[in-house]
Parts: sequence; C-alpha cells; structure tokens
Amino acid sequence: MMINAKKIAGLVVFLCILFVAVPSIIAVTGRWDFYYTLTSVALLSIASAGVWLTFYIGRINIGQGAYALAGGYVSAVLVTKMDVNFWFTIPLAGMFCALLSVLIGMPILRLRGVYFAMVTLVLTEVMRLAALALSITNGAKGITSIPLPQELSMFGYTLIPDFGTLENPKLAFYFMAVTLMLICYAVLWRVVNSRLGHLCRSLQQNEELSASIGVNTSYLRVLAYSISSFFGGISGAMFVAISQSVYPSSFQVTDSVNFMLNCFLGGLGYVFGPMLGTLVLYFGWDLLFTAGRYQLLIYSTLLIALILMLPNGILSMGIFNKKDGRS
Amino acid sequence: MEQILVNGIYLGAQYALIALGLTLIFSLMNVLNFAHGQMYVFGGFVTYTVVVQWELPFIVGLFVSCVTLAVMGALIEKFLFRPVIKKSKREESTMLLAAGIAFFLDAVILLIFGEKQRGVPKIIDGVFNWDWRIVMPYDRILIGVLAIGMIVAFIVFMQYSKSGRAMRALAQDKVAAQLMGVDVDRYSMIGFALGAMLAGGVGGLLVTITGINLGMGGPTSIKAFLMIMIGGAGVISGAIAGGFILGMMESIGLTALSAYGDITYLVIFASLMLFLALRPQGLMGKPWG
Repeated sequence: MMINAKKIAGLVVFLCILFVAVPSIIAVTGRWDFYYTLTSVALLSIASAGVWLTFYIGRINIGQGAYALAGGYVSAVLVTKMDVNFWFTIPLAGMFCALLSVLIGMPILRLRGVYFAMVTLVLTEVMRLAALALSITNGAKGITSIPLPQELSMFGYTLIPDFGTLENPKLAFYFMAVTLMLICYAVLWRVVNSRLGHLCRSLQQNEELSASIGVNTSYLRVLAYSISSFFGGISGAMFVAISQSVYPSSFQVTDSVNFMLNCFLGGLGYVFGPMLGTLVLYFGWDLLFTAGRYQLLIYSTLLIALILMLPNGILSMGIFNKKDGRS
Repeated sequence: MEQILVNGIYLGAQYALIALGLTLIFSLMNVLNFAHGQMYVFGGFVTYTVVVQWELPFIVGLFVSCVTLAVMGALIEKFLFRPVIKKSKREESTMLLAAGIAFFLDAVILLIFGEKQRGVPKIIDGVFNWDWRIVMPYDRILIGVLAIGMIVAFIVFMQYSKSGRAMRALAQDKVAAQLMGVDVDRYSMIGFALGAMLAGGVGGLLVTITGINLGMGGPTSIKAFLMIMIGGAGVISGAIAGGFILGMMESIGLTALSAYGDITYLVIFASLMLFLALRPQGLMGKPWG
C-alpha cells in the first residue's frame, strides 16, 4: 500500500481540526450546543458508513435505522436490566446487529435493485413495530433514564472516567463519538482497499460475472451487510447513551432514508463521502433552524438544487477530484 | 365474514389506485417515487380546498386535484428527473431526488394548507344495510365504485390508446421501443403525469372518508411500496393484485388479530419478508425487475 506524504499531512490536519480546532472555536464563541450537533453528526456518519458499504456491493440499503434501533435497545437493556458496563455493550450491540443481519440478510440479499431497497425500508418499519409489541423493550413508553457511561478501567488504571463525575460530559461525548468515527472510517478504508474491497467492487459491477470466475458472492454479500449492520448497531448504542433514552420512534423510516441520502450526497465513489454528506445534511438542517417555518422548504430546495448540479455527490466536484481523488 | 370481504375490496380498490401510479412511474423510468404519498396528500388537500373553501361540487374538486397533480408530475419529470437521469453515473441517484421532492412537497403542503386534519363532508348520507351482514355507508360504496371505475379506465387506456401502447412498449424494452419510433422523453413525461394524477385522484376520493393530514404521506408511500412488492414492481396487473391483497389482509388482520393488540402490520410485514425470500420478484414481476 502506498502511503504518501500528502495523505498523512491531510490526516494530521483533519485530526487537528477535530480534536483541537473545533473545541477551541466552540470555547471561544460559546456555542456549546454545537457539541451536541457535531456528536450527532459523528455518530450518524458511522451508520451512514455502513449504508455506504452496502452501496459498495451494489445494494441500496434503506434499512440502517432498523439496526441502529436494535443496537440502541440492546445497549439500553443490558445497561438498565443487567447492569453491564456501557463500554462493553457497544461491541455487544454491534455483534447482535451483525448476527441479526446475517439471519435477515441471507434471504433478502438475493433481492436486487429496487426490490432490496424496498424490503430494507420495510425492515425499518418491522423493527419499530417489533419494539412496540415486545415486552423487553417496554413498548411505546421506551426505556428512559439510562445512566451515563460508567468508568472503564483495566489493571487498576482508569481508561475512561465515569461520565457522571465529569464537569463537561458534552465535551467527553464529543471526543468519544469522534474517536469512534475515526476508528470506523479507518476500518472502512482498510476494507475497501483490501482484497475484500476489490471483490466487493466486482460485485457492484457485475454479480454474475464475478460469480462465474469463482467469487463466493453470497458469502461476500452477507459479510459486507453484517459489517454494515455492525456500524449501525454501535452508532445506535452510542446515540442512546447520549440521549439517555430509547423509544420505538428513536430511529424511523426518515432516519433510514437520511442515512441513504448522506451517502448519495457525499458521493458513492468515495470512502469519506458519507461523512461529508452527514455533516452537510445534518448541520445544514440545524443551521436553517433560524428560518422557522420555512426551514423544510429551504432545506429541500437546497437539496434538490444540489442534486441537480452534482448528481454524483459533493465529492465529485472538480476541486476534490484530482488524480488521487478516489481513495 | 361478508363484511370483512367487502371492507377488503373497498380498501383494496383505493390501495390499487395508489400502487398503479407508483408502478407506472417505476416501469417507465426505473424511478422509485418516494414522493408518491406526498402527492396523494396534496391531491386530498386540493379537493378539500375546492369543495369546502370554494364550495364547488365534489366532482369538480376531484377533477381539479387530478389536473393539478398531473401538471405537477409533468413539471417534476421535465425539470428535475430528466436532467438528473441524464447526468448521473448511477441510476439510484434519482432516489435522492425523489426523497428531496418528498421533503419539498411536505414543506409546500405545510405552508399552503397547514398542519390540521382536514375533511370533506359526506357526499351522500345513509347506510346500506343487508340484513346486518353487510353494513356500509353509501358514500363508501360510491367511493369504492369510483375507484374501481378509475382502475378500469386506466387499464382500458393502457391497453387500447396509442399513448398506453407506447408506454407499455417503453416499460417492456426501452431500446426496442425507441427504435420503433417511440419518443421516450414525451412518454416518460406523460407517464409521470399519469402516475401523479392517479395519486391525486385517490387523495381526492379518500379525503371524503378518512380526511387528510400532513403526516399521511410517508406511511402511504410505504404501503404503496408493499403493494408493488407483493405484486411485482413495474407490472400493472401486479399492482392491482398487490393493492387488493394488502387491502384484504388489512381487513382480515384487523378483525382476526384484534385480540393480540395492534400487530396487524407487524404480521403483514413479517409474512411479506418470508414471501419475498421465496419469490423475490413478487407475484407477477419479471425476475430482477
């Protein structure tokens, strides 16, 4: 793998922006509410990264909300009913969603194109209705007053302090979410630039052809879908920890559609597309709050205008698209 | 039992009309129209405005809402979908556009018509009662008959008119149809307008019974997706079958499962997923649409 100086420089700048520039700008301007917005962007972009991976194997996934909801409930139930440390529930929620997605994915991944898109859309609704009907999820009342993340220590050293004792949990949540986002995108980047990624690309271009030269397409499909759902699960679990509550309506069809829109908007050919797409969509929506009742009108008009001008995503714009634009 | 069947047919006729528009648009342009539910709500509000606020007869309202939606559909196709389809690398980009239009219509409905639930007074009074086995208000019967009439008119149009034939040819094979001299741009526009018009028509019909509000758009779209998945996307007979099947399942489910709480739709969704695992292209669809 070629590692060039330019990419490293870009990464360092990006890290500095995330961990130094953003907190100091917020401290100077006093807009503390931006922490919540940015934390949400980071978490939602993890879920969008999962959706992007299913796009990468040529499937339109509008069901990420289902896994985010499932992950959120797994974490909430483990923390409140079984007293598990929150930090262990994140991987558990991810694993649960990955297993669930293997079960669900095996039949439905045979579908293609619009059919898969519609089934996954329905899946979001199924999950919401299941959360309403089951008893462990507490129905429409949801699970509320979930405690803040506890201390995580190893061999007597405190790795992560108890969030309840911190004077500024918002900042802690921000750092936590951003770190998780970085890890997830590093994993995604590694997956895409590996043998697995090349195989996925062959699936995207022509499934029959790649099957005919010996690629185990059904295994790959399920694998990519379960990684995608893992991302959805951990993002949901984190989100629940921040809002300290989870309801069947925490992640709905609109959220699933938004995850998909994030990927489209950022650009389907670029690993960091979903991150940028989430930032633009979520932040744009938040900034337009001042427009009051015209918020949705302006937002949707801008969205349509953006699609008309850049149907292949923001990252397909000229300035990003020099020789090494495709990462 | 008879009551359940009649309810199912009545619901199914409405649903089939919604699904027909969606499937027509899909078969012609390969666009999954997320905004279909919003178009339906828009049609309902137009009818409400004409009938209640301008105090014109119901049939005028229905007509106005059909025309408004047809014009809107044609404009959306010409100025939004056509350029995006031409420019984008992947066909799916139109989904983003469709979702954007859904948001946009939501915003427009909110600004023009407000967020209140609206309804139109009953067109005709009285209840049809056959020995307490079938009890059905007359206005529901009228709406059901109107909906079935519209479905029949649509089928006749698609089967025997020149435009209908051209659209069916386009849906079957775009390139071959083009070689035979079918103007793709023109018939895509007509098809989109027709699909939107059907959505507006159902909106106009249903506003007399269930009323209409802003939040109905999204769930209606999901139901329409369900129906065309049952029947097979892009197939007209499939959409009608899907509509009636969903109507019937809802009608039976609401009666049979009422003891277990509000789980009708959970059961419908779950059985649909099982069904699609066995037959991915739906009842009548072509494999891989």
